[in-house]
Amino acid sequence: MNLIDIFSRQRKTSLISLGLMLMILPWIISHGFESGNSYLRAFDMALLFIMLSLGLNIVVGYAGMLDFGYIAFYAVGAYTYALLNSPHLQALLPAWMMYPPFIVSIILAAGIACVFGIMLGGPTLKLRGDYLAIVTLGFGQIVRIFLTNLDRPFNLTNGPQGINNIQRVHLFGLDLGRPVQILGITFEPVHLYYYLILFFCALIVVVSLRLQDSRIGRAWVAIREDEIAANAMGLNTRNIKLLAFAMGASFGGISGALFASLQGFVSPESFIMMESVMVLCMVVLGGMGNIPGVILGAIIVSITPEILRDVINPLQMALAGRKVVDPETLRMLIFGLVMIVIMLVRPEGLWPSSRRRAELKPQTKGIALQEKDDMQDAERNHD
Amino acid sequence: MTEALLEINGIHKRFGGLHALNDIALTINKGEIYGLIGPNGAGKTTLFNVLTGLYQPDEGKFTFNGRDLFRQKPYVVVESGIARTFQNIRLFANMSALENVMVGRHVRSKASVFGAILRPPSARKEEANIRIRAQELLDYVGIPQHAEELACNLSYGDQRRLEIARALATDPKLLALDEPAAGMNPKETEELKALMQKIRNDGVTILLIEHDVKLIMGLCDRIAVLDYGKKIAEGLPEAVKSNPRVIEAYLGVAPE
Amino acid sequence: MDIFLQQIINGLVVGGIYALIALGYTMVYGILQLINFAHGEIVMIGAMVTISCINFLVGHNVNLSGPVLLTVSIAMAIPVTMLLGYLIERVAYRPLRKAPRMAPLITAIGLSIVLQQAATMIWGKNYVPFPAILPTDVLEIGGASITTLQVAIIILTAVILTGLFLLIERTKLGRAMRATAQSPDVARLMGVNVNTIISMTFMIGSALGAIAGVLVAANYDQAHAYMGFMVGLKAFTAAVLGGIGNLGGAVLGGILLGIIESIGSGYLGDLTGGFLGSQYKDIFAFLVLILVLIFRPSGLMGERVAERA
Ligand SMILES: Nc1ncnc2c1ncn2[C@@H]1O[C@H](COP(=O)(O)OP(=O)(O)O)[C@@H](O)[C@H]1O
Ligand SMILES: [Mg+2]
Repeated sequence: MNLIDIFSRQRKTSLISLGLMLMILPWIISHGFESGNSYLRAFDMALLFIMLSLGLNIVVGYAGMLDFGYIAFYAVGAYTYALLNSPHLQALLPAWMMYPPFIVSIILAAGIACVFGIMLGGPTLKLRGDYLAIVTLGFGQIVRIFLTNLDRPFNLTNGPQGINNIQRVHLFGLDLGRPVQILGITFEPVHLYYYLILFFCALIVVVSLRLQDSRIGRAWVAIREDEIAANAMGLNTRNIKLLAFAMGASFGGISGALFASLQGFVSPESFIMMESVMVLCMVVLGGMGNIPGVILGAIIVSITPEILRDVINPLQMALAGRKVVDPETLRMLIFGLVMIVIMLVRPEGLWPSSRRRAELKPQTKGIALQEKDDMQDAERNHD
Repeated sequence: MTEALLEINGIHKRFGGLHALNDIALTINKGEIYGLIGPNGAGKTTLFNVLTGLYQPDEGKFTFNGRDLFRQKPYVVVESGIARTFQNIRLFANMSALENVMVGRHVRSKASVFGAILRPPSARKEEANIRIRAQELLDYVGIPQHAEELACNLSYGDQRRLEIARALATDPKLLALDEPAAGMNPKETEELKALMQKIRNDGVTILLIEHDVKLIMGLCDRIAVLDYGKKIAEGLPEAVKSNPRVIEAYLGVAPE
Repeated sequence: MDIFLQQIINGLVVGGIYALIALGYTMVYGILQLINFAHGEIVMIGAMVTISCINFLVGHNVNLSGPVLLTVSIAMAIPVTMLLGYLIERVAYRPLRKAPRMAPLITAIGLSIVLQQAATMIWGKNYVPFPAILPTDVLEIGGASITTLQVAIIILTAVILTGLFLLIERTKLGRAMRATAQSPDVARLMGVNVNTIISMTFMIGSALGAIAGVLVAANYDQAHAYMGFMVGLKAFTAAVLGGIGNLGGAVLGGILLGIIESIGSGYLGDLTGGFLGSQYKDIFAFLVLILVLIFRPSGLMGERVAERA
């Protein structure tokens, strides 16, 4: 048996044990802790954020485009799901369109988010770095403002109140909104949703991994590394970047749909710019372009505030004997500090890919970059 | 035997007030090594950029292998069979040498997103072939041992070779090399020369920008000289070398 | 009342303030190619400190006229924000100059959060009213009305902008700043202490930010711990609209954005037949931005030097 076999066998074992751990996690949490079920919800959210950050990772980590409005696609997915699965539009939509099978809803959410991604990417992809950042940021704001205000002249989004009464997921004849008995074990809805989201999360991890090791993934990274050279190697950079946007957007759409189904309601408040920023932080803190790193980043950024929520008050009581500061404020303060410290200590992220680590070495990039600007300007004179 | 591969005529390129290419006409025949020389700033690299679609020429004619490539996108140009290297090495710095070459195979492969995600047998086979071909090309240019190293960690000479391998990965009919010997020592230059001859013998036409006169003279079948955006001479190496206009152009600047 | 003229005036007032803040973004960007995300929070802190100073002075029966009181208080707030700007650069950006581009962006966001929360601890979560110490006379021009405060804002903005341009164009410091923006390495070779220049840039930007913050608070009669975000966002948009890295562009972008927003919110309803109301004024700003960038990818006055990264 050669080394590679041993290695892949080890990998298989560790993958299986990881899978098992994730399967029994809800039982440990909801029985081991007092506030277990709220923790489990935090885990659900963490899984959703993992999907989001893997989606954003394609755009930012692989293709190297800074996107500050990513949460818009999450919103589009969530609202698509909500509109199809709640009574809100019942009077308007034909009956066959309402309450489609779960999978159809998910696919539609991904598809519509993807269309939005192409709509945003199409006209803006030739913009450089920070210009693209601010345009995507504007796009995120536009989507949110529309969600908030499209209750008039025709009530599409129900304005700031958002959409309620989203139907619970029905899958394989199961109603995920009710406890289910399987083999004598009672699965609460929180558990069922956890497994549902875990499944999609695993799916997205696999898709990410496969994209990474493909012709497409290499093309994304090549464009990030040197767009001019990528062009000269015959890559249709425009389409490939657009593809990154579309892929990222559909990941966002899927997680949005799952979010809507988990939550039972959606409102514009969940899609503020700070959320985009948070997802970006997950990607960068974890290690851009490295899937395990991004997952780690998503877990840390989404769970830390939850843990702090439970730790801070007892700590304040113990130290000062009373509540000195509002725990919510302190929690965010610490969170901000953690972000700063992590970046100062590990600027390349907590778990960078081998590539990124190498990038820290000083390089003589100056000339090539200047030349790239020259070229782009020459192009522009021509358009 | 002399069958034209590339024909350009009346090519102009201006940057603002600067006339970087002024009425350039060239014909490159199949199977030859064609040298392009001229003082710094003469417009050689600009001509490369025009030929590879990175710059759009202002006017002129540009046909390659019977196909009109005037103002075509770079990917169309590469697809038709022109590949290039850069004067200032432009590798994908944080990808491995092998991956760099694999990117070069992009135009010759076609797996879509769905292929990448679902990995049907055809996609797996294609991916395996890309990898095999890339490794072959690393062998071909003489750096097989560096396959897994990041491009930015290779030595200067190896980076130049890697750029050539990456360009060859696109299966070019015409390989355009922009000062490939710049910064190389005499031994490396000799090896490079042998490599270029090997590439030509394997049926790839070469367009070469070079300052090293000895290299150019010993290697090229024909030479064109650019100065201030104009072609001032063209012909066999010996004839060009003794052309008074060429001597004047070169004496106007510090000898290379 | 002439609505159009009125909107132009309102737009000019807001636009001038945007311009002051946009300069802070653009100066830093010009030198470091970094979006100083925490700049909006500097603006907020400037407003908050000033208000606290005024309240303190009024509370101790210091007998000064409104404008003098305000000037004294701003004069106290400016050093605070300058120090803060200096510290931010030292702590969160300087160690990361050679790091991947995203790293300082994240520390900037982290700082933003920290400053917001710190402000919440000090000044609370609610709106802080701007003390009523300024005269509230209203002037009528050609059917539009303008308060003395608005007049003062416009004049003050113009004066500061002129001063800044003189500083940049005429002084040795300004020359060093321009040289550093062109190329830090060359500037260093020419004997410029690049680190000092960068610190100075942050401090000047923060001083402008403090003034802008006070003007925002005075104009809307209130301040809030989270006010920096939206104002900063708009100002950054303005900077990009004008061509980031370009000082004139920041001013042009700021004023244009102010006017566009103001006219947009006034006429959006009419323009779209009642489909979109004034609640869409932010959309208007971003749409203009996107359109401008599609047709002029480096912004209105942006040149190639604008971005070297
Ligand atoms: N993108 C560009 N914008 C403006 N001027 C350019 C650009 N590219 C090249 N030039 C100018 O065109 C001229 C020819 O340059 P180049 O083709 O690089 O010369 P060579 O490769 O022969 O040394 C030079 O004066 C150079 O400054
Ligand atoms: Mg050249």
